[in-house]
Amino acid sequence: MTSSSLGTPPQLRPAKPAARKRRVSVGRLIATYGLSLLVFLLLLGIWEFISRDGLVAVYVLPAPDQVITELWNDWGSVLRSATWVTFQEMFLGFLIAVVLGIGIAVLLHWSKVIRRALYPLLIASQAIPVVVLAPILVIIIGYNISSKLVIVALLCFFPIAINTLDGFRGVDAEYVRMMRTLHGTRWLTFRRIELPSAMPSLFSGMRVAAAFAPVGAVFGEFSGSNDGLGYVMLQAGPELQTARVLAAVLLLTVMAVLLVLAVTLCERLTAPWAHEPRRNT
Amino acid sequence: MKYEMPSARNGRTSGGTCIAVRRVSRWFGDNHVLDELDLEVDLHGRLGIVGASGGGKSTLLSLICGLDEPDSGEVVVQGQSTAAGRLDCCALMPQRDLLMPWRLAIDNAGLALENKGVSRRKARERVAPLFERFGLAGADYLRPAELSGGMRQRVAFLRTLVSDKEVLLLDEPFGALDSITRASMQAWLSSALDAEPRTVVLVTHDVEEALLVCNEVVVMSARPGRVVDRITVSVPKRGSRREIVAEPEFVSLRERAMEALEA
Repeated sequence: MTSSSLGTPPQLRPAKPAARKRRVSVGRLIATYGLSLLVFLLLLGIWEFISRDGLVAVYVLPAPDQVITELWNDWGSVLRSATWVTFQEMFLGFLIAVVLGIGIAVLLHWSKVIRRALYPLLIASQAIPVVVLAPILVIIIGYNISSKLVIVALLCFFPIAINTLDGFRGVDAEYVRMMRTLHGTRWLTFRRIELPSAMPSLFSGMRVAAAFAPVGAVFGEFSGSNDGLGYVMLQAGPELQTARVLAAVLLLTVMAVLLVLAVTLCERLTAPWAHEPRRNT
Repeated sequence: MKYEMPSARNGRTSGGTCIAVRRVSRWFGDNHVLDELDLEVDLHGRLGIVGASGGGKSTLLSLICGLDEPDSGEVVVQGQSTAAGRLDCCALMPQRDLLMPWRLAIDNAGLALENKGVSRRKARERVAPLFERFGLAGADYLRPAELSGGMRQRVAFLRTLVSDKEVLLLDEPFGALDSITRASMQAWLSSALDAEPRTVVLVTHDVEEALLVCNEVVVMSARPGRVVDRITVSVPKRGSRREIVAEPEFVSLRERAMEALEA
């Protein structure tokens, strides 16, 4: 047999290299986000118009520029330290939730007995509103950061655990069969097939959790604290400093968005295949 | 393209029995999938199995490679009759290529080596020359998404081959390819197996494919699956695919297989 007959026939040449790296251009960004930016600016304009024209009192709805001014003036005195405190609570709480969520998902995936024992309880546990538990948790654990971490982690671990578990379960059984005939042990199948397959779901769960994290932190602070954005809002509300409340809300939103973006960045780095179009040929 | 039919050294007399399936039956609930099936494949023999879909062909492969156990009868592969023992000498290549998008082509092919504890670097060193030899030159460091269907299937076959197992079970390996690509892949597979002789069971719904690649073809009935006809392929082995397919002997074998399928 000549080696030439093993060569690549013309019709087997590589498919056109799929867009390996998508270029980020200004044009693309505008095409993608332009419309939502326009809607945002329009809403902002309406808001500014209503507040400026004196249709509503300043303490009911301050104009956007007043919120920004408030943010600027209070940053050094109140908001900076409050933001830092809340950031620590939500970020560390989120990290705990990630570890806990993945840990629980792996445990439930590996042991049928544990899954039978814990899965229904896990689902049921979500019927208990963590927000209502917050004051009790603060009493039990204390006024310090640990009670906030527990609240954030309780709120965030569930979507991570459930999505990761779904990711493990969704693994194509054919892969597992093939792996068994290729010297694959249970552990190797987990590491080389199930874990990478579950990555996209894991990150979906983390994105949902990231949006919950600031809510958890603020509720923790509402229930008892002496610093943090939740505390600032609690103080400013009754004093009718609505601009300050809104400034705190703005900061929270920015942090939530940054956390979601950080998760997306991690996904792009560790699971770049997750968002490329699938070929079924 | 030159085409070489399975040569005589792969004939029945060569190296003793490698796979023996004896009076094997398998039920799934009330579904009688296999009925007292008997099969034998010699060492480095190539058995083609054709039959209607749902005829238990894939089930038979699962039984041979030890992913499943028969309800009655026995399956012996290289003297191993336990499921774990059979699993040690069989590698399965499914119809879908099942390449992992998170591994480069070369690392997909070297999967079995890495599973055995070989380092990724060593695995690549061993697999790289095979990419050259089997028409995948330059594709080593591409991701599966960048490969064409035929190339993906080649990588999947290499992955099965480098598992260093004697028995390769191919479950409709080219079923998802277009007919032009499939034709060249059949020639490719045939020559790849000449270069790296293994004991092969090829399940397919394509009679020509079975006759071109294998030296013995078994026709299976619809459920419950049993052997309807057993055809030894003895067609002159050289020439182009077009010439072989037009050979009177080939035509009569094809007619015979088609007839058995209709029965």
